Amino acid sequence: MREINVSKVKEIVKKLCIEANYYIGKDVIDRIEYFLEREESPTGKEILQLLLDNYRAAAEEKMPICQDTGVAVVFLELGQEVHFVGGSLYDAINEGVKEGYIEGYLRKSMVDDPVIERKNTGDNTPALIYTDIVPGDKVKITVAPKGGGSENMSEVRMMKAADGIEGVKRFVVDRVARSGGNPCPPIVVGVGIGGSFEHSALLAKKALLRPLDDRHPDEKWAEVEDELLEEVNKLGIGPQGLGGRTTALAVKILTKPCHIASMPVAVNINCHAHRHKSETI
Amino acid sequence: MSSVHRLKTPLTVDDLEKLKAGDKVLLSGIVYTARDAAHKRLVELLKRGKDLPFDIRGQVIYYVGPAPAPPGKPIGSAGPTTSYRMDPYTPILLDAGLKGMIGKGPRGKEVIESMVKNKAVYFAAIGGAAVVIAKAVKKSEVIAYEDLGPEAIRRMEVEDLPVFVANDIYGNDIYKMGVERYKID
Repeated sequence: MREINVSKVKEIVKKLCIEANYYIGKDVIDRIEYFLEREESPTGKEILQLLLDNYRAAAEEKMPICQDTGVAVVFLELGQEVHFVGGSLYDAINEGVKEGYIEGYLRKSMVDDPVIERKNTGDNTPALIYTDIVPGDKVKITVAPKGGGSENMSEVRMMKAADGIEGVKRFVVDRVARSGGNPCPPIVVGVGIGGSFEHSALLAKKALLRPLDDRHPDEKWAEVEDELLEEVNKLGIGPQGLGGRTTALAVKILTKPCHIASMPVAVNINCHAHRHKSETI
Repeated sequence: MSSVHRLKTPLTVDDLEKLKAGDKVLLSGIVYTARDAAHKRLVELLKRGKDLPFDIRGQVIYYVGPAPAPPGKPIGSAGPTTSYRMDPYTPILLDAGLKGMIGKGPRGKEVIESMVKNKAVYFAAIGGAAVVIAKAVKKSEVIAYEDLGPEAIRRMEVEDLPVFVANDIYGNDIYKMGVERYKID
């Protein structure tokens, strides 16, 4: 049994909140540069270049890439041989989010009651925490700030087995088409298929954590990802929805077994401020 | 080919007549920030026949909830938020004299019709280019609804804020035109 003080978790969460919001991943920059060379719309080209300038300015000025510094989504891969000491693990994570969002000059975007009062909690807590128990004595912490504009364009659909892969593809492309310029294209499309109603949504969110330049280990799904990216980029939505070829930077799929009666499909859309940072204790 | 215009707020009908959907504009002068919660309050005031916290005639509202200002800077990152959420409140503000809006994403039919009727325009700022946009903000002060935090109304002075005309006073919509032009069937 390995003991870890939760104060260590707090410090890491705080640091990851700030770093995820200031520094975009190289995989995102590479994808935008790739599409910038191929974009046919002059306005689209100008926007993609501005996004690259903005990533650089954010890192230099130590300011958040986007003012929507998101809800703090925290993923834990928790080794089952770890024992936490020094207080509540989830309290420590929320304390880290609070300190990170205050000290990093990040926007506080959480309201307490979701409908009636909608009063800002003032420190961006509570975080949304998902924990997976894994073998070993390590803890991997991932902070993925998620913006509201793209989250609002996401959807879960309980499809039928008879809809087949063509039905899944139509749903994904249609979801992106209906989103238009709202989710800040170029977007990243996370797709979760299988599990159950709620599990498919979590798979879609986890799909967004995959590096943009990786390839799905199962070749048949890798081909579906390639085809969906091509179809989505035929929609003409383009950077910021003003028209062009670059609507999505990547489509990433995760699947799980599911019930014989079901075929849940979730599409979680992320904007080009595609932020996540991880650290392992 | 699209044109580039330099405009200063408040906007006049003369200014707006020159603008076509797709044109680039470098906007300078005062803009007022408001998003969901502030819009709700502004429209409640108008419905009760009360004065707004600022004279809206000829003005531009920027849909933004900025990040806090780091030391030595007038504002934190300050890109646009998605505009359709403001659609239910927009026609009444346009009827009250609002001449321009800055946000991101397409607007609904009623808003587009109201823009044509009232001779007003909607500009698209680049969502997520929030640091580049913050550099165009020279001053910022909260003038109403401080309790709303990032959703408070701010009076912002901007210089050469880069935006694109999304909807002009003639009913053109870049979100439709752009997709039609680049769509592959």
